[in-house]
Amino acid sequence: MAGGSSAAGAGTARHRDLGLTDAEYELILAGLGREPSDTELAMLSLMWSEHCAYKHSRKLLRRLPTEGPAVLMGPGENAGVVDVGGGLGVAFKVESHNHPSAVEPFQGAATGVGGILRDVFAVGARPIAVLDSLRFGEPAQSERSRYLLEHAVGGIGHYGNSIGVPTVGGEIYFEPSYEQNCLVNAMCLGLAPHERLIRSAAAGPGNVLVLLGALTGRDGIGGASVLASAELGEADEAKRPSVQIGDPFAEKKLLECCLELLDSELLVSLQDLGAAGLTSSSSEMAAKGGVGLDIDCAKVPQREPGMEPFEIMVSESQERMLCVVEPDRVAEVVAVCERWETLATAIGEVTDSGRLRVLSGGEVVADLPVGILVDDCPLYDLEPAPPSTPLYPSAPAVLRGDEAPGETLLALLGSANIASRRPVFEQYDPVVQSRTVRRPDDADAAVLVLPTGEAIAVAIDGNGRRVACDPRRGAAEAVYECAANLACVGATPLGLTNCLNFGNPEKPHVAWQLTEAVAGITEACAALDVPVVGGNVSLYNEAPTGPIFPTPVIGMVGRLADPARTGRLGFASQDDVIALVGDLGGAAAEGSELAKLRGEPISGPLPTIDAEAIRAAHGRVRSLIAAGAVHTAHDVAEGGLAVALAECCVAGGIGATVRLPDGIDPFAEAPGRAFVVAGPEAALDGLPVIGRVGGDALEIEGLLKLAVSEMRRVRDRGLAQFL
Amino acid sequence: MRARVLVRPKAGILDPQGQAVERALPALGFSGVRNVHVGRLIELDVENPEQLPEMCQRLLTNPLIEDYVVEAVDGGQVAEIAASDSTADTEGQDAA
Amino acid sequence: MKFGVVRFPGSCDEVDAQLACQRVGEAVILWHRDRDLQDVDAVVIPGGFSYGDYLRAGAIARFAPVMEEVAAFARSGGLVLGICNGFQVLCEAGLLPGALLPNTSLRFIFRQVELQVVSDDSPFTRACAPGDRLSIPVKHTTGRYYAPPEQLAELEARRQVLLRYAPGENPNGSLDDIAGVCNETRNVFGLMPHPEHAVDPLLGPTGGLPIFESMRAHVEQHVLA
Repeated sequence: MAGGSSAAGAGTARHRDLGLTDAEYELILAGLGREPSDTELAMLSLMWSEHCAYKHSRKLLRRLPTEGPAVLMGPGENAGVVDVGGGLGVAFKVESHNHPSAVEPFQGAATGVGGILRDVFAVGARPIAVLDSLRFGEPAQSERSRYLLEHAVGGIGHYGNSIGVPTVGGEIYFEPSYEQNCLVNAMCLGLAPHERLIRSAAAGPGNVLVLLGALTGRDGIGGASVLASAELGEADEAKRPSVQIGDPFAEKKLLECCLELLDSELLVSLQDLGAAGLTSSSSEMAAKGGVGLDIDCAKVPQREPGMEPFEIMVSESQERMLCVVEPDRVAEVVAVCERWETLATAIGEVTDSGRLRVLSGGEVVADLPVGILVDDCPLYDLEPAPPSTPLYPSAPAVLRGDEAPGETLLALLGSANIASRRPVFEQYDPVVQSRTVRRPDDADAAVLVLPTGEAIAVAIDGNGRRVACDPRRGAAEAVYECAANLACVGATPLGLTNCLNFGNPEKPHVAWQLTEAVAGITEACAALDVPVVGGNVSLYNEAPTGPIFPTPVIGMVGRLADPARTGRLGFASQDDVIALVGDLGGAAAEGSELAKLRGEPISGPLPTIDAEAIRAAHGRVRSLIAAGAVHTAHDVAEGGLAVALAECCVAGGIGATVRLPDGIDPFAEAPGRAFVVAGPEAALDGLPVIGRVGGDALEIEGLLKLAVSEMRRVRDRGLAQFL
Repeated sequence: MRARVLVRPKAGILDPQGQAVERALPALGFSGVRNVHVGRLIELDVENPEQLPEMCQRLLTNPLIEDYVVEAVDGGQVAEIAASDSTADTEGQDAA
Repeated sequence: MKFGVVRFPGSCDEVDAQLACQRVGEAVILWHRDRDLQDVDAVVIPGGFSYGDYLRAGAIARFAPVMEEVAAFARSGGLVLGICNGFQVLCEAGLLPGALLPNTSLRFIFRQVELQVVSDDSPFTRACAPGDRLSIPVKHTTGRYYAPPEQLAELEARRQVLLRYAPGENPNGSLDDIAGVCNETRNVFGLMPHPEHAVDPLLGPTGGLPIFESMRAHVEQHVLA
């Protein structure tokens, strides 16, 4: 498609510098019937970037199931929304901020949180929780990874804590493939009465377009096309000037202001400004409403003198929103904004032209059909092919393989991927807004009580190493594991959001990973009846050494009737008996944390998936929790059954004595398929009992006996030593 | 007038930021560094420079924990025009 | 009784404080630009990051119009409780002695901590006994209590330290494990831990409830009686 022909080849090739191929530029010329102006080309290059147009993923994403009885808003809006009863909806979405975080981790992560919060309050929901999914290189070997970890965590805390939204959960993995290209995915949940939910479609020619919030500066110019759609090379330093700076105080005021404007029914529509700034937000609003917009960029309040129209149109300055207001309500809008010390400026109006016209003073600097911006970017078919040789080298071995089981368990508990997350969670406020029934570390999923007295649960999951081993099953496992985490607190899934973090999709093996992973997610969603209500795709996550592990991150929201009856991770009571729910029979060493510690190859296949058995196991755990029959529920994931038992002991501060069923490898993994539960003997009738809670050590008969205090010491140190 | 206010932690108050920098520099190979303190720099254009000490005492610093120096900046010239009394009577705060 | 909870731009825990107050009485929100305290019996300055905590935590909030009225209310003997950022605001306003400095770790820290009641001789701790343990979360970046040595000696002599972090629990490097202090007339109290996040058994331990119950008991005995 790079074949140079007449017009494209002859000119200055500025379109190539902006990331457009010659063929794409030809399409633009044909669509416009003329050369685009500088402003138009800047706008088009961003709207036709991977980040905005999803040109390599959109066809695949159409395969995901998006409908379900609880869905109030699906993909295409700023965030998906599910019904949680009592006239309330929960909006949620996960989004990546990988490349900005690799360049400047504190601000990159902070503005990632700021951006996802705006997506949620753009639909009229008050943000009530944040979760994060982070990936870095090996902290033991890499100073850069420790630096990225420390500053990304600091940035997330800075923004979330300052704005008064609790961070209730998250996950972190460390793998060499993320060394140059860390992942920072942030998920936000919001709560809204149905009647406050608002869409982003502009409507009503003659209505006024009002820009809310921060001044517009030269932040992130070129960000969407350069930072998000090209591979990070050696020249990271040079990109630093375009990093956006977050101001959580400005966003806090903007958030309260927008919610008050919506409660007062002063807005026709609302949209956040994210990647590609005014260009993207205005053209999306116009396209959804089937209208046109005139914007006078001279009216946009500017932070720096002498900004060009194209700079104003593509600036990624943070903490801004765009809304449509009826002309006779503008004064009221301005009054509410003044109360919240938030700038509100009329910058244009809705037209019936179907065109996005940009004026600068009296001069028209861009005049484009909305369709060419939003719909006409070509969508590419992937050319998937499985790799013929392994894509990823094995991690260096830290275990020989002949260690005693007790030694192996301690090595797993102290490994960066399994060790206690407390050094990270302690930097986040999990309780503000007074909804948090289960904090991080209390249970496998966060539980938040609703005004109705019912509760929602939320978890976020995605083990890239397992997807690297077997993209289809690994991605399906992420969905099952997320649902398993919800089951552990008694919640039934309502919907999910995903962030697909992959390498360069133009490479056949990455295209294959992506295609297989989407197939796996689709199968698991269908098996569990969970719709995908929104999401995000982050491609080109590659370093010169190769692509990251394919990393689909799944965020899932569920509902439970009684927050007083929800699960905990820790063993609770002397003499509770311990039982297994689900099937560990197929658990295997491939893709496991132990395989990594032993330096074994990154290869599959992963254990088979029996969707019916998984559904049944999840249902069984949910009903045990809902009946108040068990004190403890924990899914068996990284590190296998032995680690799951150790985690229950450490969290509860009490030991256990267990006899493994025949043929069960204590360290083999089959995520999403099996659970450890504990409760009074009578309540576990009919389940395979494997042991009993009590004492101050974990004893697995014939294998190992470790003091709870020793396991805690090792587990506490594993990550803390790097922070 | 262009003014510059330098704010630093009062002598003797634990300054963990200064300590962190002092620990970090030798790790990068810079030896012989001592007495590191981290403060703030505030730059402002003022019409009434005589009000600067009061601005410092009421808002720009917390006199209980911070000292300040006010400088006038005129082109390349910098001149100190005011400073906190580092022997200030800290009892004053309690009576406020 | 009626509590008033101040809302500044950047306040985060004002609704939490309102909910906690509503467990023992009525509670209204007081807007930072208003001067009308709406005849409340006690004022709560809540946690959060008022005015973004730019410049210094609490430094700008103390000049809000509502704070002039709060200061007058305090001078007339009214109960004022400052939580976290509210404690910082009250120190900056000179309504409480001392100052809050960055944690020795230089990091934000969230942790459920154990506090020890030092004195029950106050409107804020009268429902407790000296030595009682309260489990309450802290969450802050700037919570290291500091007062110059002479002032500290006076605070101790006048038994103005009402709460300390229990041995081994000090999360921020506060001098003498001080978690909360009152003024000389004992009607203004500030603490870094968040009692409003420790009142609902569904959400965790309830070590904060006695503080709100104490305030109600004081107001019922001395103001409403």
